[in-house]
Amino acid sequence: MWKWLHSYADPERAYNLSGKLLPWFAMLAIALIGIGSVWGLAFAPTDYQQGDSYRIIFIHVPAASMSMAAYMGMATSAFIGLVWQIKSADWAAAAIAPIGAVITFIALLTGATWGKPMWGTWWVWDARLTAELVLLFLYLGVIALYASFEDKVLAARAAGILAIVGVINIPIIKYSVEWWSSLHQPSTIRITGQSTMPTEMLYPLLINILGFGLMIGAITLIRFRSEVLARNSMRPWVRTLAKAQGVK
Amino acid sequence: MNTRRKKRLALAVALIGGVAAIASLLLYALNSNLNLFYTPTEIVQGKKDTGVLPEIGQRIRVGGMVTIGSMLRDPESLHVEFAIHDSLGGEIIVTYDDLLPDLFREGQGIVAQGILIEGGKLQATEVLAKHDENYMPPEVAEAMGQTHEKLDYKTEQKSGY
Repeated sequence: MWKWLHSYADPERAYNLSGKLLPWFAMLAIALIGIGSVWGLAFAPTDYQQGDSYRIIFIHVPAASMSMAAYMGMATSAFIGLVWQIKSADWAAAAIAPIGAVITFIALLTGATWGKPMWGTWWVWDARLTAELVLLFLYLGVIALYASFEDKVLAARAAGILAIVGVINIPIIKYSVEWWSSLHQPSTIRITGQSTMPTEMLYPLLINILGFGLMIGAITLIRFRSEVLARNSMRPWVRTLAKAQGVK
Repeated sequence: MNTRRKKRLALAVALIGGVAAIASLLLYALNSNLNLFYTPTEIVQGKKDTGVLPEIGQRIRVGGMVTIGSMLRDPESLHVEFAIHDSLGGEIIVTYDDLLPDLFREGQGIVAQGILIEGGKLQATEVLAKHDENYMPPEVAEAMGQTHEKLDYKTEQKSGY
């Protein structure tokens, strides 16, 4: 089984596989985000306390939860790249970082726009909010480190170490609302036990979370493919590929 | 796995373990400082773990539930006074001179930032509404007796104090 998996470490095979997976990820992501957003924004019932303002949850929660999931994906790739010295894994980590940063930014932005009318403030130095901001800086640090070395093997190692060290922030974000008293409310979606939300609100939210995950996957595949091409531009298979596309 | 990979794996795992240990020690040491607010009980009796009491004149945040029936509004100005309490029975009076957030109601969780003044009162400069993780349609809330009417003052509250 490991032998079979290992064969996909080869850049050409990884490139072709990600090309095959891309349309599935993209189509499913568009379909799920479409269904989830329309259902959530137009058809889900209003909240008894917050009225229609709560509907930003259908963007905020998917973005926030997937910003953490994307970080775990990036750190796992970096770990594999660092330990087994698989370059494809390093490129995957480098491909995820900017997407994760944008998703984290969306989570912070939607959180601020939700906080202003409901809490009465755009920002408060609450444990949850601060930890999420640190996540954004971690993403930016990984991007900056990867970009600042000419030698991409060295760059991937430096960025990978930062990505792995930053994993410690993920449980802090997740449990910050339980460990400390904060303005941010605890989680609504419970993996074990009853979620504190009726199903007609919960389903569109879960669909959107899945849709955001697939969207991140799809954009990662696109970026991964271009990263593979950029790092292998001198290889014969890339040259034949370029020739086939009509590039001189 | 060959020895070089084993070595790198051990190094990476040690790195994660070390950072996790440092972070947990750091968070443990900072634990009480990472809370956004004091609860009313902590203002009266001191913090749970350290017993530190906030001093008069100190700038603090207090979080708790607005006590039902405690709201007093000055009919001439924006000045309001209300009590907030927590589940442990502590209670503190908060005074405020500005617009309250939309979600502010008696029985609602709030976080007030301000200066602790004489008599265990908090002179708030900012009042933030806290909402919980429960979402439900209005009909369901009504059926459960959890309607959130707009703040309605009793006559004795309107008459001031």
